[in-house]
Amino acid sequence: MSILVNQNTKVICQGFTGKQGTFHSQQALAYGTQLVGGVTPNRGGEIHLGLPVFNTVTAAVAATQATASMIYVPPFFAADAILEAIDAGIKLIVCITEGIPVLQMLKVKAAMQGTDVVLIGPNCPGIITPGACKIGIMPAYIHQAGKIGIVSRSGTLTYEAVAQTTKEGLGQSTCVGIGGDPIHGMNFIDVISRLQADEQTHGIVMVGEIGGGEEEAAAEYIKHAVTKPVVAYIAGQTAPAGKRMGHAGAIVTGGQGTAIGKINALKAANIEVVASPTQIGAAMKACF
Amino acid sequence: MNIHEYQAKELFQNFGIAIPDGQLATSTTTAIAAAEALGGQQWVVKAQVHAGGRGKVGGVKLVDSLDAVANITAEMLGTRLVTKQTDAEGLPINSVLIEKTYTLKREFYLSIILDRATESVMFIASSEGGMDIEAVAEATPEKILTLSIHPATGLQAHQCREVGFNLGLSKAQMPKLAKIMQGMYALMLAKDASQIEINPLVEIEDEVLLAIDAKINFDDNAVAVHPEILAYKDPSQEDAKENEAAQFDLNYITLSGDIGCMVNGAGLAMATMDLIKLNGGFPANFLDVGGGTNTEKVTEAFKLIVSDSNIKAVLVNIFGGIVKCDVIAAGILAAVAQIEINIPIVVRLEGTNAEAGRKLLSESNMAIIAADDLATAAEQVVKLAENVA
Repeated sequence: MSILVNQNTKVICQGFTGKQGTFHSQQALAYGTQLVGGVTPNRGGEIHLGLPVFNTVTAAVAATQATASMIYVPPFFAADAILEAIDAGIKLIVCITEGIPVLQMLKVKAAMQGTDVVLIGPNCPGIITPGACKIGIMPAYIHQAGKIGIVSRSGTLTYEAVAQTTKEGLGQSTCVGIGGDPIHGMNFIDVISRLQADEQTHGIVMVGEIGGGEEEAAAEYIKHAVTKPVVAYIAGQTAPAGKRMGHAGAIVTGGQGTAIGKINALKAANIEVVASPTQIGAAMKACF
Repeated sequence: MNIHEYQAKELFQNFGIAIPDGQLATSTTTAIAAAEALGGQQWVVKAQVHAGGRGKVGGVKLVDSLDAVANITAEMLGTRLVTKQTDAEGLPINSVLIEKTYTLKREFYLSIILDRATESVMFIASSEGGMDIEAVAEATPEKILTLSIHPATGLQAHQCREVGFNLGLSKAQMPKLAKIMQGMYALMLAKDASQIEINPLVEIEDEVLLAIDAKINFDDNAVAVHPEILAYKDPSQEDAKENEAAQFDLNYITLSGDIGCMVNGAGLAMATMDLIKLNGGFPANFLDVGGGTNTEKVTEAFKLIVSDSNIKAVLVNIFGGIVKCDVIAAGILAAVAQIEINIPIVVRLEGTNAEAGRKLLSESNMAIIAADDLATAAEQVVKLAENVA
């Protein structure tokens, strides 16, 4: 199996008829993702990419029985799009959009409390189960179905880890980009606990970066709850304090969230931390 | 985004948070006029820069004559202030805030932040004001009170009381504190602030509470919808190159090394900097060209990197997903054609259209070194930079 998405996952796209939504919907369809329709307000009833367009997520769910949504709407409308998906009963929401105001994400997180909705992102590359379902902006051809689960805060670093595990002949079970924003959906533990329970996954790659405390929390979790080999890499060892390194969440403040603090926490949990991002694949290969 | 203290106090006033009487001055004449208008025998002259730690390095001075107001203002204006929060060059002082002084009975710390761990808006309060709050948290964590605000209910009266009792305020001061806290919370929501800090919040005569200092940071993701906040932007307080980069929608941060970097993706850009360091070199910048890049943006990014006179070599590291490697290659070639570049350039292209990109570079007759993988690329660029030195 895999985690969260497979060949049977029915997906809709919010922001379907926009430039980004159109391009990545085409890519998803070409990959074999079961994209069953999309949502663009005031465009309901049209056909786009051979699929039905709906005015609301509720209407799309009623007509298609979709359980997952990928969101490509502009930043100032994206929180509303996530809330709409929650209200419509979507179970897996993947928000690719970058630049959502953080206070809006606080409302989203409050609305998710007490529900079983899973949110990936925002500001993330998405999720892929190679050969089965691609929801996101990752280049498809570097992936290969296999046994490594990958979880990462960074898009392009995920691609590095994917390309290396493909090159080593390991392949991937499911890859999840959890995103670079300070307030976001799934965290490392949410993904790693599912990968630990997944039969197809035999090893886990975790790519973290400076800022926040989620890598430290994951280290503690892995120590007690994960039996599969884990290889970790933390980006931003040379990043100066107080400077936001591209991602809204990648900032060292008041000595919190430093790369060295995260690396030490991971090492203390007996997790192999590679010094260079070029060693991820080889280190994982050495575990088998 | 950061703003000046005087601007933050303007916002405080609009949101009902009591501040000292004060006026902004940009010359000795206006400074004297400000002091005269404020009245009294003593004033404080505060350098307006986007950095904390001003008091310890002469950026905040008490004066007790109009002559001294003029002298101190003249001393400050036009110079640069170096604090522990700035780099070695410091920040230019283009204006000073002249304020009335008060007899301070007690000093408190009060701030409101977006806390990522609890995923909430959180108040932080301490009876130990006027000091480095991180040092207080380290040494005496029991003196720091934190309170999360639920987004649905908002700030509640009992939470204000909780803070008030913790600070040891009197019954008469409770509603004054509540007004300040409600003002801070409303300001945060209305303007998408990510942090509002009052350090110190002071008690003066007649049990009055005043925000003696004011620091506000805004969420960069949201400032576009707040033109009145954007109008507060002061480019003189920011890195010139970072400003220039922002015009081209490039994510650039100046660092102190000599190897220029151009990368797609923030995580990969940080990783590339780390790799250079791991090989014994020093990165000169962080630069993420972003996902939706084009030839023109790449050209501008490249020009920006090599305009730094410290640069001895450049590393281009692209893992093309959405970004197409041939577009990057064309951008580099366009930049090299426009400006004279006589430093080594190492390029690693991987992913979408990598072959086409490599072909463009190799057929160009430019002195560009193509690296097969990232490890080799980092090694090579560090060696080349050493040779230039």
